[in-house]
Amino acid sequence: MRNTLSTDVRGRRMITLRRLRAGYGAATILEDLSLGLGAGAMVGLIGPNGAGKTTLLKLLMGLMRPVSGEIRVLGRPVGTYRRSALARRMTLVPQDTQIGFAFDVEDIVAMGRHPHVGRFRAPGAHDLDMVQRAMAETGVRHLARRPIDTLSGGERQRAIIARAIAQETRILLLDEVTANLDLCHQLEVLRLAHKQARDGRLVLAAMHDLGMASRFCDRLLLLADGGLRADGPPEAVLTERNLRHYFHVEARIAPMRHGPGLHIVPLASCSAAAS
Amino acid sequence: MHRLHELARRRLALVVVFAAALLMAAASAALLVGPAAIGPGDLWAMVARRAAWLLERGTPGSAHAEAAGLGWQETILWQVRLPRVLTGAAVGAALAVSGAVLQGLFRNPLASPSVLGVSSGASLGAVLAIFFGLSASLVWALPLFAFAGAILTLLLVYTIATHQGRTPIATLLLAGIAVGAFNAAMSSFILALALERWEVAKTIIFWTMGGLDGRTWDHVLLIAPVLLAGMAVVLGYTRELDALLVGEVSAAAVGVDVARTRMILLLGTALLTGAAVAVAGGIGFVGLVVPHIVRLLVGPHHRALLPLAALVGALAVIAADLLLRGLLAEHNIPLGVATAAMGAPFFLFLLVRQQERFARA
Repeated sequence: MRNTLSTDVRGRRMITLRRLRAGYGAATILEDLSLGLGAGAMVGLIGPNGAGKTTLLKLLMGLMRPVSGEIRVLGRPVGTYRRSALARRMTLVPQDTQIGFAFDVEDIVAMGRHPHVGRFRAPGAHDLDMVQRAMAETGVRHLARRPIDTLSGGERQRAIIARAIAQETRILLLDEVTANLDLCHQLEVLRLAHKQARDGRLVLAAMHDLGMASRFCDRLLLLADGGLRADGPPEAVLTERNLRHYFHVEARIAPMRHGPGLHIVPLASCSAAAS
Repeated sequence: MHRLHELARRRLALVVVFAAALLMAAASAALLVGPAAIGPGDLWAMVARRAAWLLERGTPGSAHAEAAGLGWQETILWQVRLPRVLTGAAVGAALAVSGAVLQGLFRNPLASPSVLGVSSGASLGAVLAIFFGLSASLVWALPLFAFAGAILTLLLVYTIATHQGRTPIATLLLAGIAVGAFNAAMSSFILALALERWEVAKTIIFWTMGGLDGRTWDHVLLIAPVLLAGMAVVLGYTRELDALLVGEVSAAAVGVDVARTRMILLLGTALLTGAAVAVAGGIGFVGLVVPHIVRLLVGPHHRALLPLAALVGALAVIAADLLLRGLLAEHNIPLGVATAAMGAPFFLFLLVRQQERFARA
């Protein structure tokens, strides 16, 4: 069950969507969505509110069924996986990580081993080792005995990411994990996510901060009006034209002078400009 | 999964030993207290003799006791008090475990075995059995009717709350409250009809208030297998329950089949609750309060919480029954009244304490 992630899997097809259509009741959220995602990349999922970013992550996790179309995870339709089998291949760090019960950080991280440990079985040496390594990697090892409800937002988010790392999945889905964090913790969490991609995983992250997205992602998917409107490297997706059309924002965009990423300066919302 | 660290492990061991010792003490006291004067000597004699029989020829029976010309003390111990204590222990364990599982499943500290209408369904079944005179002629009729009432109620509530293969937890709770209210109304309706025949009405009233009077080995035999099977099922899902406490999406992300887990655990708690109500009537507040006490002692991990809730639940019911028989024997007060009368103030105490903690934080 140990995932040996190396460079030879880089680019291997992890997720395939074909003519995907989904929605809630009569309302269609996603229409005719087709794309493929490969290993070893950090892919940002961007778009205005209600564009279907969270819906897409839910569909991938099998928490919601598409109206039509197909979702394949590692070559197999997602619906044919047992829950635990899917959880050994793909996991999700959800948006809301408020936990009202007093589990220790280590308890929470150890939950990531759940799909690897049989019913009535105790975790083995490898399980315990993975929990320790995941906590070390995310820098929460010194918090192992702290109740999770006493942690700050950034610490809690790192603990949940440690759980996902301990789960040893090849695919990592992140649902706006930096939403409630200050700048320093945003950077830390995204650097962690980026490292997972460098280690050979596929990281698919729904994000709101376009500047951060341009800096940390290898590829961006722009969802708007029910479909995929742009797909490519950050500088190709984050154009002044796309921001105007799909985010309804007048903005100036310039490349960073040092290192990767884009300067994005929003000037005015289009609706304000029109009035 | 949760590897308890050394301190937590030691604390847990201490709590378990302490609870087990208290349970043994309460059970022994319950065997010795009653209208007939029976001393510890009689108890030891019985235990020794039964143990010897067990070693010699397998199962001891009451026929052996009579054939051997044993004293009335042993007959009372074996035929009256032991089944009463064992039934009480099993009922307390079943209710406390049900409550602990439901509180985890619903992520709601106010959940209890009555939350899905299951216990009122069991009550309705029992009331019907008494009303139609079945329980007077057949000792198994009342428990079986109560059991059927519990299971039918759960199936009804689940079917109502399920839409296109999904069963939202909020709908489940609302459906449970509505069906529970209907069950209670039907029980009252039947009681009103029964008032013309005072003996039947009295039986119904006393049964609804819950108690362990006149419980026999039949009752022990009814609840014991259900308790063992139910415990085995819920103990297989302790990690899932932990994960569900964190949240449904998180649980799904770590591989918990949320819908399936929920259905299996609801069925398990319905069996436990149904069996408890079937043999002892309405014993209130044990299922609500005991899990809270245990959670305060050992934390939220279900692997520790569930077995300890069983121990403490058994202890609570035996102790309450003992208190009534020892101190208020001449008044014939129903057990359910005592557990509710002690449980409700204790629950309020927990509530106030929690508020104070939040106010400080």
